[in-house]
This record gives sequence, structure tokens and C-alpha cells, in this order.
Amino acid sequence: MNGEWLMQWVADVNTRWVLTGCVLLGISGGVLGSFALLRRRSLMGDALAHAALPGVCVAFLLTGNRALGVLLTGALIAGLIGAACIQGITRYSRIKEDAALGIVLSVFFGFGIVLLTLIQHSQQSSQAGLDKFVFGQAASLIGRDVQVMAVCAAVVCLASLALFKEFKLLCFDADFARGLGFPTTLLDGLLMLLISLAVVIGLQAVGVVLMAAMLITPTAAARFWTDRLNVMVILAGVFGGLSGALGTLLSTVAPRMPTGPLIVLAATVFFLISLILAPRRGLLGKLLRLVALRSQVGRENALRSIYEIAEAAGSWEVIITAEELLRHRSWSGGTVTTLMQRLQREGLVAAAEGGHRLTEAGREAAYEIVRKHRLWEMFLMHEGQLGADHVDRDADFVEHHLPRELIDELERLLQLHGRTLELPPSVHPTR
Amino acid sequence: MLAQHDAVVKKVASETAPPLEVHDLTVAYQRRPVLWDIDFSVPEGQLIGIVGPNGAGKSTLIKAALGLVPLASGWVKIYGQPYQRQRKLIGYVPQRESVDWDFPTDALDVVMMGRYGHLGWFKRPGRGDRDIAMDCLKKVGMADYAGRQISQLSGGQQQRVFLARALAQDARLYFMDEPFAGVDAATEKAIITLLQELKSQRRTVLVVHHDLQTVPEYFDWVIMLNMRQIAVGPTAEVFTRENLNKTYGGRLNIVSEVAEAVSRDLPGRRP
Repeated sequence: MNGEWLMQWVADVNTRWVLTGCVLLGISGGVLGSFALLRRRSLMGDALAHAALPGVCVAFLLTGNRALGVLLTGALIAGLIGAACIQGITRYSRIKEDAALGIVLSVFFGFGIVLLTLIQHSQQSSQAGLDKFVFGQAASLIGRDVQVMAVCAAVVCLASLALFKEFKLLCFDADFARGLGFPTTLLDGLLMLLISLAVVIGLQAVGVVLMAAMLITPTAAARFWTDRLNVMVILAGVFGGLSGALGTLLSTVAPRMPTGPLIVLAATVFFLISLILAPRRGLLGKLLRLVALRSQVGRENALRSIYEIAEAAGSWEVIITAEELLRHRSWSGGTVTTLMQRLQREGLVAAAEGGHRLTEAGREAAYEIVRKHRLWEMFLMHEGQLGADHVDRDADFVEHHLPRELIDELERLLQLHGRTLELPPSVHPTR
Repeated sequence: MLAQHDAVVKKVASETAPPLEVHDLTVAYQRRPVLWDIDFSVPEGQLIGIVGPNGAGKSTLIKAALGLVPLASGWVKIYGQPYQRQRKLIGYVPQRESVDWDFPTDALDVVMMGRYGHLGWFKRPGRGDRDIAMDCLKKVGMADYAGRQISQLSGGQQQRVFLARALAQDARLYFMDEPFAGVDAATEKAIITLLQELKSQRRTVLVVHHDLQTVPEYFDWVIMLNMRQIAVGPTAEVFTRENLNKTYGGRLNIVSEVAEAVSRDLPGRRP
């Protein structure tokens, strides 16, 4: 695969239409998917997509016309009828929304397949190629189809831009929106219409079965990277568009591969990357923060143990041996060695005969952590009425997390109890 | 000439009309009534508590007044007009649990939503709205958290963001649904200060409230509900043991009774 090949590929007019179409469906799916996700309408998108199939068939049966515009109009109408059925069932019966979704989705889809088979076996024209709407067939996209898709995508994106504020309010707090006088039923209806549009754009390329993925996956990926809705919408559009391009590219490299499923898989790759690598919400970031915290806790626990050993010995010059630390803590020998090496690197302890000794800097660092621990113990005894033998474990946990403001607050409270602000003596034996 | 006269009469009427007038109101969910025959009006510039046991219809009363639930019968008027025409005069603080706090937005942005009603369709909030929203955050002591993602705020801080959003609505009549539920002491104090400030500006505030001990201290008026209207009036007159027993139907347990007795003995002080 070299540059020349790629240039040739892009220069081919058919490929360009397919590529444009798939990028457009990705963008509109991502943009509308953001609102659908936040308004908890993602699965509604799935039901809409499945419900669109009989619409495509009925439109063909009525008009005998195979133009994408005609078929998609049928899909749109059927999708909206499906959505209305779901809302009707939820409102006028005891059936909850998830069950209503399931019923409508499968009934419409089943009906669509029946119609599809009927068309296939009927005399009029050779099956019309409508079965491509089930799993999608991007390669069949031609210029006129893409023009229809472009108009729909433009409507979807411009409407989301114009109504950004209204949709945001609707998704976050619909009751408040109504209190302000915004007609939420109308807004919900509009959102549903736009979701349907975003769905039908992709029907020919991705198919009714997988189209919901183009609403959900790029959006879910975008949510990992940002805490701002406008960024999320744009990012979802970008992820969707890139998935469309990548899927098309892959299907050309491996010619017998279906484009629609490859687009969905490409979107899933973006999702997985986001799930793992996103800085704050990603799994890797969380893991690294956990490791960092563990390491900080280990270091602080080591310092406190050393301090307590020195305190009991009554001298800062006392030599801390590994055996002594092992008696103090339930650590393995390896852990102790690693921790002491680290403290030595940081200049908090110095190597001495048979072990280590606290340095000047080490004394200060240890003093701070021991003070946090004992302030919290004191607080628990005075305010929480806990016994001296119950507070150590709790303080063990809390001491690593106390920010400056809380320490000030603790000092203020303990002063009320007449406690000194110097290092309080330990309330339990330290060795 | 006549039209002008009519306009003057209408204006005077809306100025003298009570902030909230509820007439013969019944609300039903799935054909089961949750509020029956509610009929009262409240005076301007007062802090009004709405109390009653769980399921008494306190939130429903607020939602009915805001037009959020269909009315089975009766009507609600805000300053003498149906609420649809008075939306800009109404501020609303919903229950904190009613929204998803993991929504991708920050505190300032939520407060800015209070301005949307004044902006109308399509128009984006501008610098002026931003300044107002920031001021409102300051008033609830949350200016430092303006850019914080809302899921990273504590419960009390989230409640204060909701209050700031209502302030940004710049309303004359406020409805607050349990603003004191599950908040820390600092937030409780901030809310009280805010309520007093709203009162000093002659604004009217209706607050759904659970803590009976603090009712006499916080509220000038009280609406006592238990599906029906038990009593409405100045706290000093209607917040009596008899009415409490009627409201809570003997469900008022001994602890609450003792607390209530204490708060009666020590008016205006919390034990």
C-alpha cells in the first residue's frame, strides 16, 4: 500500500461518493447521538432504524421507484410511526419503555422482512436490491444518493447548531425547561425527528441492524474526553466522520469486506481507545492514579513507622533496620527494601551501618505525616467518641488524603478541646 | 380611550393580585387523585413553607403551579394571570435528584440556564448573562467553583448551583422543592441568608420543607398539606399541634413531637 495507490483510490469518482456518504453519515450520527444519549434516547434510535425497514418496502411497493429520496422518506415516516407507537404504549398501558422498545423494534423489523421477501418473490422488477437496507451496502452509493444524504446531514447539523441551547436544557432538566416556557413536547418531537433523519441517512450504507451503533458509539467515545457539551458534540461528529472514512478505506483494502460493519468496527476502535486512554475518565489514567496513590501511601506509611521507631527510642540517630520495620508493618521484605531505597533517593533517609537513619529533611516529612495521623485520631476520639484502640486503622486511611484546609479545620476543632497544636502524643502504643 | 382604561385596570389588578392564587385545584396521576380541593392565596414578600408527610402532594402542588402536571380541575393564577403568561415572574428550584449530575457541563453553565427564559428561542447567552450568572454564583458562595464539572460538586454545592440558577431567573415568585434536603450546615446557612435577602426585596418564596423544627424559625407562612389542604396561614397562627396532628394523621412520632415542643418553648432557636 503506497501513496500512489491511495491517490488513485481517492481520484476514483465512485469511491469518492462512497467516502463522502460514509463520512456524512458518521458526522450526523455522532452529532445527533450526543443529544440522543443525554436524553436517554439511544435505544430509541435503534428502534427507529429497525422500524424504518417496512417503510422502505412500502415506499417501493407504492411508487415502484427505487430512488433513495423516495425510499428514505418511507423509512422516515415508518420510523416516526414506530416512535409514536413506543410513546403511545408507554403512556397508555402499564408496559415500560424498554419492553415497548423491544416490541416495536421486533414487530416492525419482522414486518419489514416479510415485505422484503414478498417483493423478492413478486413479478415486478428483480427484487429492487432492497435487501441492502438490512445490512447496508455502501458500494452501491451513487452521486444522487450522496446528494440526498448531504441535504439530510446539513439539516441535522444546522438544526443542532440553531437549537443547541434548547436541546441542552431539554436533556439536562426538562421540567425546568417547561417552567421557563419552552414547549418540551415539541422539542422532544423535533429531537426525535432529527434522530430519525440521522438514522435514515445511514440506512443504505450501514443498514437498519447496525445503524444505532453510529448514534451511540462515537458519542460514547467522545464523552470520555470532555466535560463540555459543545466539545462533546463536535468530537462525536469527528469520531463518527473518521469512522466512516476508515471503514470505507478498510473495505477497499479488503475488497470482499462489507463497508457498514467495518465502519461500526472502526467506531468501536475509537471507543476502545477512548475507554483506555482518555486522560481523566479513561481506565489507564485511573490505573495510573491508583498506582501513584499506592506508592504515596507506602512512602508515607514507611516514614511514619520510622518516626514512631525513633520516637520510641528517644533519638533521631537511631538506626532503623529492615527487621524493625517488618515488625511494625505487615510488609514483605522486598517492599521494605524498595521503600527504603526510594526514601534514600529522595534524601529522607541516609544509609547507616545495618540499616538507615532519618535525615533532617526526613524528620520534617515524617513529622508532618505523623501529625496528620494523630490529629485525625484525636478528632475521632473527641468528636466521634471512638476508643483509642479503634482509631488507628481509620487514621491510617485518612492521613494520606487530608488537604491543608481540612487540617486547619481539625486544628481549630482540637483547640476547642484544649489540645495542643504541637504533635500530639500517640494515643496507642506505637510498637 | 377605553382600551387605555382597560390596560390601566389590568395593570392595577396585576399589581394588587396575590403572587399565587390556587382555586379548587385537584390533580390526579393515573386517575388517582394526589391533591384534592386545594384553595388558597398567599401574600407578597413572604417566605412560605409547604409541609406534609411523604406523598402528601407537596411537590405536586409546586408542579401544578408551574404547569408541569395536568390539572384535573381548578386553576392557578400568578399575579392574577394564568401561569403561561407569567413565566418570567416565576423561578424554580427542582429537587436535586431530578437531574443527571454527570451531564457534561460546569456550574456556571447550569446557572446560565436560568437566563434562557429571558433569552427566548435560538439566541445564545451573552456577556451580560454571564455576568449575571457569575453574580448569582457569588451570592451562594460558589464563585470559586464556576468552572467545576457538576458531578465533582458535593450535594450541598449542587443544591447551591440550583439556587443560583433560580436567582439568575430574576423572578418575583420562587418555588423551591426541598432545597434543604441532605445539605451540609454551610449550605443550609447560605440558603437561609438567600431566603432573607429575597424577602427583603419583596419577593415571595414557597419552599417544600421537611424539618418541622425549623418551620417557625424560617417561614412567615405555612401551607400544611396531606392530599387535602389542612391549613394555610401565618405560621404563628396555623402551625399548631392540632394542625400538625391532622397533617401527619398521628404519624408524627414522639421524637418529632418532642422536637416540636422544644421549638415552641424556644421560639426562633434551634436546639
